[in-house]
Amino acid sequence: MPALAAGPAIGLALFYLWPLGTLLARVVQPGSVADALDAPGLGRVLWFTLWQALASTVLTVAVGFAPAYLLARYRFLGRRALLALVTVPFMLPTVVVGAAFLALLPQSWHGTARAVVVAHVFFNIAVVVRLVGAMWAVLPTDLTAAARTLGASPAQVLRHVVLPLLRPALAAAATVVFLFTFTSFGAVKLLGGAANPTLEVEIARRATQLGDVDGAAVLSLLQLVVLAVLVWWSARWQRRAAHPFTGASGARRPRSIRERRMVLGGAVLTALVMVTPLIVLVSRSFRLGGRWSFHAWRTLGSAEVRPGVSLGVDPLASLVTSLRFAVVASAISVCIGGVAALAIATARRRGRWLDVGLMLPLGTSAVTIGLGMLITFDTPPFDWRASWWLIPLGHALVATPFVVRALLPLLRSIPPEQRDAAATLGASPLRAWVAIDLRRIALPLLASSGLAAAISLGEFGATTFLTRAGRDTMPIAIARLLGRAGEVPRAQGFALASILLVATAVIIGVAERQGVLDARGS
Amino acid sequence: MKSMFLGGILAASLVIAACSDDSASDDTLDGGGEPGAITLVAYDSFPTADTALNAALDQFSDDTGIDVSVVIAGDTGTMVTKAVLTAGNPEGDVMWGVDNTWLSAAVTGGVFEGEPSKVDFGDVCVNYDVAWFSERQLDPPVTLDDLLLPQYADLLVVQNPGTSSPGLAFLLATVAHAGEAGWQQYWTALRANGVEVVDSWSVAYYERFSGAAGSEGDKPLVVSYGSSPPAEVVFADPPRTDAPTGVSSGTCFRQEEYAGVLRGSDQPAEAAQLVEFLLSPAFQQELPLTLFVYPANPTVLLPDVFTQFAVVPAEPLTLDPALIAANREQWQDQWTEIVLR
Repeated sequence: MPALAAGPAIGLALFYLWPLGTLLARVVQPGSVADALDAPGLGRVLWFTLWQALASTVLTVAVGFAPAYLLARYRFLGRRALLALVTVPFMLPTVVVGAAFLALLPQSWHGTARAVVVAHVFFNIAVVVRLVGAMWAVLPTDLTAAARTLGASPAQVLRHVVLPLLRPALAAAATVVFLFTFTSFGAVKLLGGAANPTLEVEIARRATQLGDVDGAAVLSLLQLVVLAVLVWWSARWQRRAAHPFTGASGARRPRSIRERRMVLGGAVLTALVMVTPLIVLVSRSFRLGGRWSFHAWRTLGSAEVRPGVSLGVDPLASLVTSLRFAVVASAISVCIGGVAALAIATARRRGRWLDVGLMLPLGTSAVTIGLGMLITFDTPPFDWRASWWLIPLGHALVATPFVVRALLPLLRSIPPEQRDAAATLGASPLRAWVAIDLRRIALPLLASSGLAAAISLGEFGATTFLTRAGRDTMPIAIARLLGRAGEVPRAQGFALASILLVATAVIIGVAERQGVLDARGS
Repeated sequence: MKSMFLGGILAASLVIAACSDDSASDDTLDGGGEPGAITLVAYDSFPTADTALNAALDQFSDDTGIDVSVVIAGDTGTMVTKAVLTAGNPEGDVMWGVDNTWLSAAVTGGVFEGEPSKVDFGDVCVNYDVAWFSERQLDPPVTLDDLLLPQYADLLVVQNPGTSSPGLAFLLATVAHAGEAGWQQYWTALRANGVEVVDSWSVAYYERFSGAAGSEGDKPLVVSYGSSPPAEVVFADPPRTDAPTGVSSGTCFRQEEYAGVLRGSDQPAEAAQLVEFLLSPAFQQELPLTLFVYPANPTVLLPDVFTQFAVVPAEPLTLDPALIAANREQWQDQWTEIVLR
């Protein structure tokens, strides 16, 4: 399927590999690899980065497993709201949720690795719920029913039937969570204190605090190699573990009293855990001068805070900017991600190159991509470095792997006999593709466009390193408001964050109508 | 196979359409484009619209016919790093806000055409919680040496100089104060006296410091700016007439910011005209209440809230920019070993 892979591959080469290669070729001197690797404290940084990522990944998968099951298998009142709630923290900028988290954690936890790991679990639970849940939702119920009929206990069914079938999705989720926590920046800076930098923080420090682009690029390459090996291995494993299956599936209402209690208890517990930091966040926008106040909200729309004094942050304009970028980013990532998922699913072995390639931007330090684009797109006809669309494009680089991750397990679960049968019956490849593949992924594709839009809405890291002209995005505007002295701007920052929270939740909720988790087997 | 290929083409062209659709409607943003339009590259706290600074820039455009668009390049360090990488083929025509900790790197990197001009200044100082000290009838610290006294043990929170620019300025203050040979000892003593280190200004100021309005912290001393007290007054609700925080005037490190024409600008004459305007009273007078810095132009009158609540130390601590550039990395590494390990 090389032809199909060409589109995403060209996009990746043009907007990722070329800038990265240009930067490396420009700044890395002979000997600088040795210098950068010899830097004091690098071993410590690597060790902390690795172990906190491993701990965060294991815990996130463990904690996310139960809500993934509930949301994929049962219908209940408020299910979609709960799904949106679980997803929102993942989409919000860390600077916002991190500040709410600081308020909730006991003082003795501030600046500790524990705080970082707990925050990582909270942020990334959505990945497990969505990726594992998407798979779980299409697992045929007759398989588990058959096992039960044959006398297997629920635990045995889980171990011998469900887990093996879920393995590709579990591996995909673990890979994504590991990628995110290994490259964690905001959460580590806010919660981990100065003594616990990750490699990503160290790369940014080299480039932006020391002007040592050379050293930053070498470390960035080191990080990339580590993560590429992991992703390569995981992609191979996911493909091997994938089982085609068909059959009735989907969610149902809980039947027995016991089931109802379990669903209710699980849903309430999940909701409480997820909603508490968000409530803290919203409530902070109403606190001024030690009392409750609407002042921050009332002045949010006006340019002037005091007569003659303006913050230069127009929340409504930033909302419009962010929504506009989200639409563009979502269109790009759904096109590229959808085509790429098809190519990867049908190409078997060689598809892995594209699969791994599209994941690479997630593992690449944002500062490296930003600087690479700056020196690559600087001469006509590629003089794009201050073009507004580089920002949604950067968002799309981040969102595309999620679209691929969401679609790939579904495409792989289509038995090849179905396509063969269609071909035998005289269908052209395109006709067979529409009838079989597209049918299975149509609704998830819509849902993943919502996911991509939400990722774009909350994206902060890459945006800060790309040169920006015109209006700020919402996360940038929030960071601006929270980054200065004075109580009103701070409360306004939290008010704006509340708007972002609601916008993200609405987009996810709407996308969920078409629902990844509602996708039926064919 | 053929139709798959067509599918790929279709998808690719959809993507291109999604991009090009909007780009046609919005073409203002690239640096050094059509004559009569120039680009001002600035750090990320520079406002892009709606403030008195932007209004002044609009007035400049009306008077001269030169349109000015503002491009944000990241924080100061990122902005200078980018400018050095693109020296000779810059992203814009004028750069605003290179401070004295970065000036030397920018100048030796060949960023500017000619000498950049000093446009504003401010100080990074220890701020204290007025109420906390008056409740305990304790005098707040004044100098850096005071911070080592037992009555101020466990009260101070500072930022990591590796990740925060006020953190770096405070480290430089201690170097200027204790000397290149003595600052390590100062920090050993400060650590023994219970200094707390966090990674960013906002965590220090809002989560750890007790003096900022609405803060949850319990530390009455923090590294912040000399202009933070007036900001607390200007941005308070309900309005207040006194500042909740004060400044330890002997702890201040002077930050100066520079602006200049970027080397390789295709409109150097217009760019020079803009720099001249940035130094004029019409622009300079708007600096205090938008960026909370002091205008470099001495003829500009300060707003009342500044003369009342901000502290401008008579003799702030300073260091030679070239010395900073030569030692920044080494000092940061040594600091990390002393304070964090």
